[in-house]
This record gives sequence, C-alpha cells and structure tokens, in this order.
Amino acid sequence: MSHTATAPEATTNHALRAYLYGLPGVDEVGARSRAQDLSTRSIKTTAKALAIDLAISMVDLTTLEGADTPGKVRSLCAKAALPDPADRTVPKVGAVCVYPDMVATAVEALRGTGIGVASVATAFPSGRAHLDVKLADTRRAVADGASEIDMVIDRGAFLSGDYLKVHEEIVAVKEACGQAHLKVILETGELVTYDNVRRVSHLAMRAGADFIKTSTGKVAPAATLPVTLIMLEAVRDHHAATGRRVGVKPAGGIRNTKDAIRNLVLVNETAGPEWLTPDLFRIGASSLLNDLLMQRTRLSTGTYPGPDYYTQD
Amino acid sequence: MVWRPTLAERRENKKKDKGAAKAPARLAVKKTYKLYLGGAFPRSESGRSYPVTSADGTHLANASLASRKDARDSVATARKAFGGWSGRTAYNRGQILYRIAEVMEGRHGQFADQLVTAQGIGRAEADRIVSAAVDRWVYYAGWTDKFAQVIGGSNPVAGPYYNHSAPEPTGVVVVFAPQDAPLLGLTSVLAPVIATGNTAVVVASEAAPLPAIELAEVLATSDVPGGVVNVLTGKVGELGPHLAAHADVNALDLAGTGDQAVEFEKAAATTLTRVLRPGPETDGGEEAWLDTDPGTSRMTPFLETKTVWHPVGV
Repeated sequence: MSHTATAPEATTNHALRAYLYGLPGVDEVGARSRAQDLSTRSIKTTAKALAIDLAISMVDLTTLEGADTPGKVRSLCAKAALPDPADRTVPKVGAVCVYPDMVATAVEALRGTGIGVASVATAFPSGRAHLDVKLADTRRAVADGASEIDMVIDRGAFLSGDYLKVHEEIVAVKEACGQAHLKVILETGELVTYDNVRRVSHLAMRAGADFIKTSTGKVAPAATLPVTLIMLEAVRDHHAATGRRVGVKPAGGIRNTKDAIRNLVLVNETAGPEWLTPDLFRIGASSLLNDLLMQRTRLSTGTYPGPDYYTQD
Repeated sequence: MVWRPTLAERRENKKKDKGAAKAPARLAVKKTYKLYLGGAFPRSESGRSYPVTSADGTHLANASLASRKDARDSVATARKAFGGWSGRTAYNRGQILYRIAEVMEGRHGQFADQLVTAQGIGRAEADRIVSAAVDRWVYYAGWTDKFAQVIGGSNPVAGPYYNHSAPEPTGVVVVFAPQDAPLLGLTSVLAPVIATGNTAVVVASEAAPLPAIELAEVLATSDVPGGVVNVLTGKVGELGPHLAAHADVNALDLAGTGDQAVEFEKAAATTLTRVLRPGPETDGGEEAWLDTDPGTSRMTPFLETKTVWHPVGV
C-alpha cells in the first residue's frame, strides 16, 4: 500500500483534506463480511489457552466512573497485578486505565509491579474544552506518573472539516506527553462512516499517535469488529509507508473471551503477528478480565467456574 | 348374469368397512423434540438427537441429545433468571404455579395419551397420574406464600433484640428427574424447587423424556418467565458430571441419578454445592409419588436461612 507515502509535508487544512480524501474508500459490505468471516475461526484447547493468556496481558484494566474512589482504584490495581489470587501463573494485565485525578493513587498502588498507568486526558470523554485546559490536564497526569495518555480527538472539528485543528491538537498533546505514550481515541461511534474511521486513523498516526483507540466506552456502538479491522488495516498501511508501527486499542463492548479472541484473530490476519504483543495491541475493558479468568480456570481444571469466585472490581 | 350384492348385503358390507378402516393419522410426520432453554425451544448446540421408544420398543419420536455446552448455557440462563424470579412476590409465584396447573389440565388428554403409549399403562391409570401431577402444581402453588411462616420465624433471644429467621431460595438448582416417573415424578421434584424462588435446570428422564418436553410447552405458555425452568434431554452420564462440578450451580437434586449419585455428590462437594440424595421413592415408578401431601421435605433442602438481628427501641 503506497497511499500514505504521498502524505503531504505542508500542514494546511487544504493539504490535509486533499490527503484524507485521497485515501481509498472503505468497502463497507466487504469490511463487515471480512470481520464476520474471521470471527468464525475456531480457537480451541492449547491455542485457546495461549490466546487467553495473551489477551489477559493485553487488557487495559479500566475504571472510568464518576463514582470512582481511591479505594476502588487500589483494589483494581491489586487485581491488575494478581488477577487470580488462586492461580499465580496468570499473567499481569497490560496497564490500569483511570481518570487523571486517580493517577497518583494508581501509581502508588502499582509501584514495583511493572504495570503502567494509563490516564485518560483532554476533557475525556467529550473533548469539549479549550486546548490549554487539555494540555494542562495531560501535563498533570504525566507529572503524576502516568506512562500512557489516552486523549480524545475533537470530533466536532473533524466532522465540520477542520482537520488542521484535530491534527494540531494531537501534535500539541503529544508534545505535552513527553516520554509517555500517546493513545488517540477516535470515538468511532460518533464518526458516522467507515471512511471517516480510516481518515481519522491516518490523521492521528500522521500527527504522532503511538496508539489509535476506538472508543471512550461512553458511546454506543463502541469497538465493533469492522471498525477494529479498518483501524488495523490503517496501521498496517502506515507501517508499510513509513516503517513505524502504531498500536491499536479497541475499547468498550468487549465483554467475553470469545470477543477477545475474535479481536486477536483479526490482528493476526490483518496487521500481522508482529502486532500480537501488549506493546502494539491492547483491549480496553473492565468486565472482560473476569470472563478470561473463568475461561482459563475452565481449561485448566475441566470444570465450569462461577462468577462468585472472582472479585467484582 | 352378473352377481350384485343385495341391499341388505351392501348395508352389512358398509358396516364392516366402517369398523375396519382406521382414520388416517393426522400430522403423522415423526417429530424431533427440542430442548427448553431460556423460554425458547432450541436444538441441541451439538445438533445431536436420539430415538425415544415406547415401553414395547416402538419408535415414538426423536429427542435432542443435549451436550455439556447446552448444560453450561442452561445454567447461565437459569442464573440470569434467578434475580427476577426470586424477587417476585410469593403470591405472584403462587398465581403462576396455579396457572401451570390450569394449562396442564387443559392438555390433560394429551399428557394421558402420551403416558399410555410411552409407559404402556392403562388409560385409567394414566388419567390418575396426570390428575395427580396437576394437583401437585396446585399443592405447591399454595405453599409459595406459606413456607416462610412454617420454616422461618421469630427466635427467642436473651438480649434487647428482635431476632428473625427467614428462608431464602438458594439459587440455581439442577434437578435430575426420576428415571421411571417421567411426569408425576418430574412434577414432584420440579415444583418445590421453583415454588420457593429457585430457578431450575432439569435433566429429564433419559428413556422417557417426552413428558418433560410436553411440560416445557406448558411452562412456556403459562407466565413462567423464560429461564426459570430449563429442560435438557439426554444422558445423565454425559451431562451430570459437568453440572455437578459446575461452580455456578447452588444445589443438586439427585433423584434420577441412580448409581452415579455418589460420584456427583463428590464432585459437588468441591464447590460446596447443596445436595439432595435420592430417596426410596426415586425408583418406585409414578406410583411412588402419589402421596398427596408431601410436605416441605423437598423445599427445605434448597433454602438458605437468613437471620436478622434488630435492636429493640430504635
């Protein structure tokens, strides 16, 4: 794929529009049926056990509620480090994802575990704030110890055609992140078309995103398979054109092991096995982890587990 | 001269014909009965079925041969239905159980026919068993809002407290229906489980599953919320071990497990699942279940006791 190679150097709204509209259109029916086809792959026994462990290590264990308390964040962190106290062979999760004001609590709770803290920032989930507020939000989270920042794009600006504003915001936030990794949330549920998903993906990668993330989890539909497929195609094409690997994070609506494994199949078949690592693929979820643990227990013991045996938060 | 029958002969022949010629069977295509899961009638996830024969070996129909995944799904759907069913008022559960009796009475003839062909018993006996099964639903419909007064109560304590104990349903109960009592036996073990607010996964009699599925059709049309009763047809030996060891099952009624009861009880012990062992009635045929007043003995094993201390004068 060579279309990203022609990305313009000059950053004007006109140039960006020309670039984004020059991307090939998405075949909607094709994307849906491709995602549907890949979701019927049968992953069983040892392959399933490997997939479950890989998926656990990719989970961004998330709590993004207005009712979050330091206690809840601490218990979530304990769970991230030791997902199943009854079985110490379970891998750690990828990261813990919290609101900016909970970053310090999470960093403290995760000290010594090697698990990073991801913080949503930039007026999550709507993104409706002034740029200086968004940048202050980001800097504070990084200063508190967040190793990953999940920013939201300005969907309003994108939908009204102000691509330059979206681009500049991402560049500015990237700069504010410093060493922290930047995940850019596209909020695909508000982007209306698959063409737009492809355009924003390329726009975000061009602006310096380390990860592109489907959704905030606050808008339905969230991470559907066709949308993840299109984003995986985008990172694959971006790598082919620039040599840089950008990660993908579907978030929201992935609740059970089957969904998680479908996503892994999609990654393997679309972006390639290089992306099957927590450095390049994450799953944003809260209830998914328990289902993964239950399936893991099922495989290792042969008996069906019950939800009463796992912590709720 | 051509011989023609006389008028008298013709009349005689007509009479003979009438007696000899059976009316052709209506809807004669053999049926494959399905499972009853979450208020719907799906095929087994495995796509398998097995032939069901009458007492004398005649093929009656096919029944779905449930797999362990069907068992898993039925526990999940029973769990989902538990909150709603246990949260209903006892009075409403009583109304619904009485409705089951009404709908079953409306299909009295069908149930009796089925017992006659499947069990090889006489029509009069079949009628008696169906009536007893209908009465059993009425009996437990009456218990729904009374067992709490009988089993629970105010406890005397030596302190400034009120102390109350109240029975609560334990959760999801797996009912292995009696093998040789497919209708009255099944009703007698199922009704007490759901009367108190539990939800049930029923493993029907292996050799005679059709009455269980007929009963499921009754349940589906009598205001019982989907998932409160789930009926699996298949092999106890195949489904039992998975259901007994399932951590999300709260109790087992082992009535129809025969020699495997001990094995299942051991598996259940690993997750502290409550167990009701098979009693002497479980291999006595439908006759053994005719007692019209079985009392609370099949309800109490599936109840938990909640005790509340309440300070006086606050």
